[in-house]
Amino acid sequence: MYTKKVMDHFQNPRNMGEIEDASGVGTVGNAKCGDIMRIYLDIEDEIIKDVKFKTFGCGAAVATSSMATELVKGKTVKEAMEVTNKAVMEALDGLPRAKVHCSLLAEEALQAALWDYAKKNGIVIEGLEEPKPFEEHEEEEEEF
Amino acid sequence: MNKKIYLDHAATTPTKIEVVEAMLPYFTEKFGNPSSIYEFSGQNKEAIEESRELVAKAIGANEREIFFTSGGTESDNWAILGIAESYKTKGNHIITTTIEHHAVLHTCEYLEKNGYEVTYLEVDKDGLVNPDDLKDAIKETTILISIMLANNEIGTVQPIEELGAIAKASGVLFHTDAVQGVGHVPIDVNAMHIDLLSISGHKLYGPKGIGALYVRKGIKLKSFIHGGGQEKKRRGGTENVPAIVGFGKAIELAITSMEAESKRQADLRDYLIEQVLEKIPHCRINGHKEYRLPNNANFSFEFIEGESLLIMLDMKDICASSGSACTSGSLDPSHVLLGIGLPHEIAHGSLRISLGDQNTKEEMDYLIESLIVIVARLREMSPLYEDYMKKQAKIER
Repeated sequence: MYTKKVMDHFQNPRNMGEIEDASGVGTVGNAKCGDIMRIYLDIEDEIIKDVKFKTFGCGAAVATSSMATELVKGKTVKEAMEVTNKAVMEALDGLPRAKVHCSLLAEEALQAALWDYAKKNGIVIEGLEEPKPFEEHEEEEEEF
Repeated sequence: MNKKIYLDHAATTPTKIEVVEAMLPYFTEKFGNPSSIYEFSGQNKEAIEESRELVAKAIGANEREIFFTSGGTESDNWAILGIAESYKTKGNHIITTTIEHHAVLHTCEYLEKNGYEVTYLEVDKDGLVNPDDLKDAIKETTILISIMLANNEIGTVQPIEELGAIAKASGVLFHTDAVQGVGHVPIDVNAMHIDLLSISGHKLYGPKGIGALYVRKGIKLKSFIHGGGQEKKRRGGTENVPAIVGFGKAIELAITSMEAESKRQADLRDYLIEQVLEKIPHCRINGHKEYRLPNNANFSFEFIEGESLLIMLDMKDICASSGSACTSGSLDPSHVLLGIGLPHEIAHGSLRISLGDQNTKEEMDYLIESLIVIVARLREMSPLYEDYMKKQAKIER
């Protein structure tokens, strides 16, 4: 069902982890649908020096976030804006139809992290829109 | 371990060698159409009847009450659509539950679109139907109650005898989908007041594509597959003789070994559940602790998603299943897990283990070890877990 590249990125995710005091952090998705992605960016002089991700979700969700981080690492903010869900999918040699939304989520997570960076630094990144606010998962599982 | 560990027997079972051997002659030398007049075809008719007796015996029915079908789904469809059609002058109300198999649920939804009214009984947190809810739901127009004997996902076994007695006292027909129950728990259609019962061959080490519907004598049931005079004109089509023979053999073997095998598998199941709950934090068992299929364990692991878990288990040659949305092909996780009140995010992180007659304690140990590593790995990757840990750290400070 998954391509070799998807399986590779699922089994050996690149850039998995977190960055303390990151320049920008973006979290998208919701636990209800079963996918949450978080991307951390370390940006210096408009260049993405480091990037990390964490993902709650299926194999495709992990693979698309892993690939998205690969595609932006070392790139400029402007170049990172060009990493779309289509680019992520192509880099993974495709996704099953039912999993295309995972690649969209990866693009959104990246943009949410860039938005956070822009906000913190009081700059405007051309073409970047404010992401939907991330809903914390419900507290009801506390009694779990 | 370098061999595959199959822990998905609720999905399907391997066909037993003895069963395959019993079937083989009916593909080649004994190929005759059972409806033909010559002697060598007549033998096939006898073989079918022998299987019918074996199936009847397994559930305490009379062989005249057993009709062969293509499997559990057809049996469920036939029972529900057939009764709806045959008894429509009496009423148009059907009662079922929210945790039925889709073969029942989607058939009921189809009937709703065609003028029938369906009540879906809710279940409690362990997956049990409350008999009082059933009593309250029955009305003048109720023509059928369909409640599964044992749930395919969480393994909860319903108080079928009590539910059947309620149906009987109200004069309403009672169908049960017993696909997961036959061969695992004792069933007696008379003691349990069951009027219609669905069975599948491939869930009990028989071939796929064969099943049966038990229909109590005297019940009007419209035919569903129209054709020749097979199955007393109630189910047309040339009989699948090899499959029927295999089904008979499989059910005979399953019933013979049921007591010992159920005990053995229940011991493995209990060991697995105890170890997983002890060794993996933020984990729960779904389904009833006591009224549960001997071969079923269903866990939820917080902060992780089921499909990822299944792929990682597969990489360790372990075959299992999950109720996550990704494995159901929709955005919603399993209706059964939601039906017992689990929040979506917990339902996404579920794992169903269903044991079989070849599984061993060594395999359970390997599964437990693998789960400890995989769950920890997926949590390390999970933003939900990160948030949880940070929250905990704050509370401690």
